[in-house]
Amino acid sequence: MATPSSALNKNKKIKAHNSMWEDHNAAAYMDKTRLGVDEDLVRFISSEKNEPAWMLEKRLESLKIYKEMTLPTWGPNLDNLNLDQITYYAKATDQQSETWDDVPTDIKNTFERLGIPQAEQEVLAGVGAQYESTVIYHNLKEKFRRQGVIFTDMDVALREHEDLVKQYFMKCVPPTLHKFAALHGAVWSGGTFLYIPKGIKIDLPLQAYFRMNAKGMGQFEHTLIIVEEGAQAHYIEGCSAPRYGIDSLHAGGVEIFVAEGAHFRYSSVESWSKDAYNLNTKRALVQKDAHMEWVGGNFGSNVTMLYPCSVLMGANSTSDHLGVAFANNGQIQDTGAKVIHLAPNTSSNIVMKSISKGGGRSIYRGLVEISADAENAVSNVKCDALILDDKSASDTIPVINVKNNSAVLAHEASVGKLNEDDIFYLRSRGLDEAQAGAMIVNGFIEPIVKELPLEYAVEMNRMVELEMEGSVG
Amino acid sequence: MNTLEVKHLTVKVGDKKILDDVSLVIKKGKTCVVMGPNGSGKSTLSNVLMGHPSYEVISGKIIFNGKDITKKKAEERAALGMFMTFQSPREIVGVDFYPFLFDTYKFLQTARKEKALSVFEFKKKMDKEIAALKITDDWSQRCLNQGFSGGEKKKAEMLQLAIFKPSFVIFDEIDSGLDVDALKVVGRAMKKFKKSDTSALIVTHYLRILQEIEADQVIVMSAGKIIQIGGPELAHRLEKEGFEKIIAQK
Repeated sequence: MATPSSALNKNKKIKAHNSMWEDHNAAAYMDKTRLGVDEDLVRFISSEKNEPAWMLEKRLESLKIYKEMTLPTWGPNLDNLNLDQITYYAKATDQQSETWDDVPTDIKNTFERLGIPQAEQEVLAGVGAQYESTVIYHNLKEKFRRQGVIFTDMDVALREHEDLVKQYFMKCVPPTLHKFAALHGAVWSGGTFLYIPKGIKIDLPLQAYFRMNAKGMGQFEHTLIIVEEGAQAHYIEGCSAPRYGIDSLHAGGVEIFVAEGAHFRYSSVESWSKDAYNLNTKRALVQKDAHMEWVGGNFGSNVTMLYPCSVLMGANSTSDHLGVAFANNGQIQDTGAKVIHLAPNTSSNIVMKSISKGGGRSIYRGLVEISADAENAVSNVKCDALILDDKSASDTIPVINVKNNSAVLAHEASVGKLNEDDIFYLRSRGLDEAQAGAMIVNGFIEPIVKELPLEYAVEMNRMVELEMEGSVG
Repeated sequence: MNTLEVKHLTVKVGDKKILDDVSLVIKKGKTCVVMGPNGSGKSTLSNVLMGHPSYEVISGKIIFNGKDITKKKAEERAALGMFMTFQSPREIVGVDFYPFLFDTYKFLQTARKEKALSVFEFKKKMDKEIAALKITDDWSQRCLNQGFSGGEKKKAEMLQLAIFKPSFVIFDEIDSGLDVDALKVVGRAMKKFKKSDTSALIVTHYLRILQEIEADQVIVMSAGKIIQIGGPELAHRLEKEGFEKIIAQK
């Protein structure tokens, strides 16, 4: 999939992309919002959204846990993150748009630059795009409605499917998991709700697109996905954000419940602004004979902490974790995976690829835990790092915790550099240095990129070209 | 008109001088063969002519079609019409071969301000060249040179040559790693390329390629220097007497 086509016609398109990074709409509505988090704010968010009492209680309980907890020790240093200088809630529009025509023009322009309308026209089954903290555009295919599939935003889900939400909300990512999960529980806003009923199989990927677009604004969207017995689906979301001078914080939460015999794939391409902290928590509970797949691409952010977690709860359940991380100048990509094997005959597969450039640091941090009950568990971990220059670095921190002797585990790690002769070979064919480098990097991540829908794969290849601009090596 | 003029070229890698005062001229439409034992500097000459950034030109000039390209980058030389078939073509993991061919072709045509074929015309042309090179396996799912045998790699280089349409080609040991049949196919492709008013530099230490393609000029190198320049008859002498005798005479 890593064809050089996008590498070659870069000029015009990439310029547009560059200005995209710098562009943002006037965020006048931020006047109404405030810095830091306290009980008043949490109550304000809840009343703004007309939430039921139990949700407010949940928020307040999370806030209490947040206040008591210290920063997580798993992950990179977060000393420079000032949690009191973050805006925890903002609203871009007051109304929900039913059709594309109703979407405000400035917002539409932003999405157009990100290629949303075209993507919408083609293979996408439905779109719920989050602009700031309020979902403004939402489209659901009639067919899904007939099948009983629910694909909506969290605010609507809480109103129209309260019982379902109440049954599952923060049961997979409890506020006690770590400080940012607790923070998320207190101030979460917007996000996607997806419910796939028993036995329903959806071939097309379901998509949502997130965008953070206000100075110092935190985004705490909540994704709640319930895949019932024997159901199959693929959900994908992508993020991109303009660049700002002060730290932004993204601490989303993704909860996925994969019932017996179900198959679910969660894909995401994240490209937060380069001063943002991306401290996301993503977790799936996987039941008997079920299969969970994570496919992720991480660009952007100042510091990223992201370790999608599969809890293999039922016998014969399996999980695949595929990820790509690109750490450029000033960035720390601390990413990886966690798999907790709790049942017999469970197996997991982790493949991570990282690229470090211009002084960036990429760290694979992974946890594989085999419980005493997990008889005959199998886990394979493979991480490949590509370091593009002498200023950049890569680390591998695999934590393995085995309490059952029947487990079979393999860990494989490799570190490589850009080969000068490879670059020369491509340059002798007419590609410039950055194009040649981008082609090689795109080739390196191809095994993971090819798992994404085409337009996401193209976008990720473009992301690599953007990152490769300027000097290679 | 001269396609290539190399004037008193001296080249270093690190502290080591690897080309020493090398001068040669290739006239338009002519084929020059560079021979010499291993380590004589002939492959270095190929890489320097194509613009490998690891080599440092200490003095001298490379003139291509009347233009000084000594300081030009490899990609600029490619846009000007130079091409090199590599002795060991690089395996580029994850880059699909055929899309690479089309995209690079389009890019080169743009750089040369020439019109590119449409994707359908291109496919037709490519199929023709694939047949001519007797490439029978399906390469459409393969990455650039990845997992190719020695012979396949050389055919892949010749396929690129046929697509990219350079005016001057450096064949750096195109004949190494080829069996007799593959050598014939590659030789025929070289001849086809040489039918037009293109020029070539063939670097080799085997003479058998000269049964496939005629040389106008033969150059013998040793220890980074050109020690003899002659016509096709020099190749026959080399065949009879071997490098050592000719080098020893100098």
